[in-house]
This record gives sequence, C-alpha cells and structure tokens, in this order.
Amino acid sequence: MEIGLRLAVSLAQIAAVMGVVMLTVMVLTLAERKVLGWMQDRMGPMEVGPYGVLQPIADGLKLFFKEDIIPAGANRFLFTLAPILALVPAMIGFAVIPFGPSMTIELFGMQVKPFVISDINIGILYILAFASIGAYGIILGGWSSNSKYSLLGGLRSAAQVISYELNVGLAIVGVILLSGSLSLVKITEAQAGGFWNWFVIAMPFPQIFAFVVYVISSVAETNRVPFDLPEAESELVAGFFTEYSGMRFAFFFIAEYANMILVSCVAAALFLGGWNAPYPGTILGHLGLDALAWIENVVWFAAKVYFFLFLFFWLRATLPRLRYDQLMRFGWKVMLPIALGNIVLTAIAAYFFPR
Amino acid sequence: MNHIFFFYFAAVIAGTSVLVVALRNPVYSALALLIMFFHVAGLYVTLHAEFLAAVQIVVYAGAILVLYLFVVMLLSIRSEERYHNQLPVAGLLGVTLCTEVLLLLIQSRTAPSAPGRSVEAAAETGNTEMIGEALYSTYLFPFEVASLILLVAMIGAIILAKKDIIETTE
Repeated sequence: MEIGLRLAVSLAQIAAVMGVVMLTVMVLTLAERKVLGWMQDRMGPMEVGPYGVLQPIADGLKLFFKEDIIPAGANRFLFTLAPILALVPAMIGFAVIPFGPSMTIELFGMQVKPFVISDINIGILYILAFASIGAYGIILGGWSSNSKYSLLGGLRSAAQVISYELNVGLAIVGVILLSGSLSLVKITEAQAGGFWNWFVIAMPFPQIFAFVVYVISSVAETNRVPFDLPEAESELVAGFFTEYSGMRFAFFFIAEYANMILVSCVAAALFLGGWNAPYPGTILGHLGLDALAWIENVVWFAAKVYFFLFLFFWLRATLPRLRYDQLMRFGWKVMLPIALGNIVLTAIAAYFFPR
Repeated sequence: MNHIFFFYFAAVIAGTSVLVVALRNPVYSALALLIMFFHVAGLYVTLHAEFLAAVQIVVYAGAILVLYLFVVMLLSIRSEERYHNQLPVAGLLGVTLCTEVLLLLIQSRTAPSAPGRSVEAAAETGNTEMIGEALYSTYLFPFEVASLILLVAMIGAIILAKKDIIETTE
C-alpha cells in the first residue's frame, strides 16, 4: 500500500514534468521560427491559427501521419533503436532538476517534494552521465542508416560530444568546489539571498569564466549553431538523421530541444541561482503571502531558463558555422585550458576563503 | 529485495559479457558492452556507491565506449570472423575455470567477513566525501602514482601520434 502510493505520486510527478517539458518543446519550435523571423525582418509562420501560434500542432500532426521509411541496406534493429536512445537520456535528466523551492508537503501521510522528482546526492553527475549516453543515439543513427552523409554526421558528432562534454564537466567543478555538494538542490540553496550570491559572480571566486565555458560547450554538446557540424546542411544534407522520416525524425528533433532545455536548466541552477530571486527572499513572502512564494520562485526559474533558450536562437541568427578543425582546436586548446585554470584558481580561493 | 536485484544485475552482466565476445557484428558487441556497463553501475547503486555508479557511466559508457564505436565505424567492419574459431578452446577454458571457482566456493563455506567501514557511515556522510577522503589520505601515494602513469601514457600516445609529423619537419 505504502509502496503503491509512493509509486503513484512519483509517476504523477514524472508525468507532470514530462508534460511541461514536451509543452516547452512545442513552444520552442514555434518560438525559434518566430524569433529567427523577427531577427531577419520576417514574420515567421503566420498561416496556422491566429498569428501562427498553432504551427507546432500542425507540425506534430504532419510528422505523425508521415510514411515511416527504413532505407534499403539499413540495419533495421539499430535504425529503430537509435531515436529512442537519443530521446530517453534527454528526458531522464529532468528527474534531478529542482524547479522550485525545496519544501515538503504532506500528501496521503507521505513527505513529498513537489518541485524535484528525486533529490539524489550526485544529481549533477547523474545529468552528466545521461548526457553522455545521448551521443549513442546520434552515432548509431548515423551508422545504421547505411548512408555516407549519415555516417559522417554520426562520426563528427561522436568526436564533438566527447570533446565538449569534458569542458562541461570541468566547468562545473568550480561550482561544486564552492558549494561543496553534487546535489542540484543543495547547490541552488547555497546561492540564496540575492544575485550577489549567484555563483556566476559570487565571492570568493566568481565563476564567470566557467560560466562562459559552460554555455559555449553546452551549445556544442546539443549540436546547435554555430557548432551544428553533425547536421551541417550545406555539406551533409541533414547529417545523422538524413534518412529518418516521420515519428523517428520527430524523436531526434524532440531530443535536441529537450537537451537544450536540460542544459538551460542546469546553467540556471548552477550559475544563476536556480529558483532564487535576484533579491533576498521573495516579494510575495515579504508581503506575508508565504504560502504563495513558490509561484515567484518558479517564475524566476522559468525566466532564467527561457533566457538561455533565447540565447540559443540568438546565436543561431548571428553566428556562421565553424569549420571542423577550428571546432576541435577551439575545444581542446582554448576551452580546456580556461576550464582547468578556473579549477586551480577556484580551489585556491576556496581554501583561503572558505564560505 | 537486495538479493533479487543482485542476481538480476549479476545475470545480465554475465550474459552480456559473453555476448560481447560471441557476437559477430562489432557494433552489437559494443552495445552489449554498454548494457554491461549500466548493470555494473546498477550493482554499485545497490551497494550505496552512487558516486562510483555515476563515474562508471560517465567514464566507461560516455567516453571510452564512444571511442570504440568511433573506431569500429571508421573501419566499417560489418562482421569479424578471425577470432571466432577460438570458441572451442575458450569454452573449454571457461568451463574449467567455472568448475574451479565452484569447487573453491563449496569448500570454503566460511562466514562472510564483516564489512569494514560500514554502509551506514557512508550513507550518513555521503559516499562522495568518503571516497575523496580515502583517496587523498589513506591511498594518496597509489593515487599519485596512478596519475603519473596516466600522464606518461598520455605523453606516449601524443608522441606516437605525432611521430611522422616530427620526422617530416626535420
């Protein structure tokens, strides 16, 4: 009975988070086209619904009813498996993201944390682990398609993800040194009390360099412009998902956007204080409405995440694609030394000025 | 409950390990290895060593195996027949080893040794802190030696890879 109830509550939480993520993906597909349109002095999609707002639903229906093609000579088993391997790791990382204040509520006589599915003490490592698994979907999708464009896209992606994953991991170490915890909940709580406590500018050693390295590397890790070499359309048609159609293509597409949301959530939680407001406490809390303060916190978290998502679109509209050797040189010879230097300096600062 | 999980993980680890060497397609072998890494990580979780579990996936599944796949795909080997006629010899050796281990297990039916620093202590302080403390105090020397060896291996790999570049510039 106890286990059954707990399972039901957990499943409800998972369903809620999945629902919000999928909804955000839908919003993002429209937002990206609209933002790109405005930046290029166009209107973006305008046909479906008022002002084009129903475009994601039309896109979804179209993809759902498309013919599912498996190319001749493709490895059927891996061709089917690859989109799932890409999507599952992208969704599973949200289990440890704290979306709001870490309070517990009583539900059917159980302690439930409403804003985080599972507060495990290695939260950030868990996310890194599953982010690295996402590369398998891309590599296997590229290989199993039996197409040279797909294969090249997959190979490029493998090299790129390994190189930049390292920088993401090293950039995070500085924050872990300052907060003394691997749990995203504890890292966020360590940044409470105003924007001067956010790790991006917090004393004793501001993580501004780590922040820049993290943002650049996470753009590379999600295969977005200007690091979208695995799907460079001018040379590789569509890269690793050239041969995919219908729902399988949609899986890769959703995985890419879910990954964008995930890295934005991590960036917000690690560097910009997560759900903490930039001023001490919350306005609703100061007004005596403590029971409603969580709304303000969740709104702040969403605002930070959407800021990063907007940054992704902004970069796409602004920057040209890197050449492949430039990408590798930049990752290993510029990003890596900065990240390593940041760890050394942060460790020294944390030793002399313990928080 | 713990026993069920242990036997599930152990069975899958054993099964996929055999598949890694028995499958003909190297990409399938790599996938079997991936499943094995995940179940080893699961075994660590049942032992309350979450840090090790995460590191297992980050390092082995996330980095090393991706490199293997990379090489396999670059060489585009569809199936590898060279080593599969070793199966009878390997089977014979495997059966012999298994019987020996079984005999040893039956003969030495002693009580399991008491766990050292108990699991409860690790759960209280967090096993990440425990591993850090052990690595940087008790096992500092082996840890440093291991890092030195890795550094040497790294430099060696770079020199080997750069060999022809150095020769052509001279």
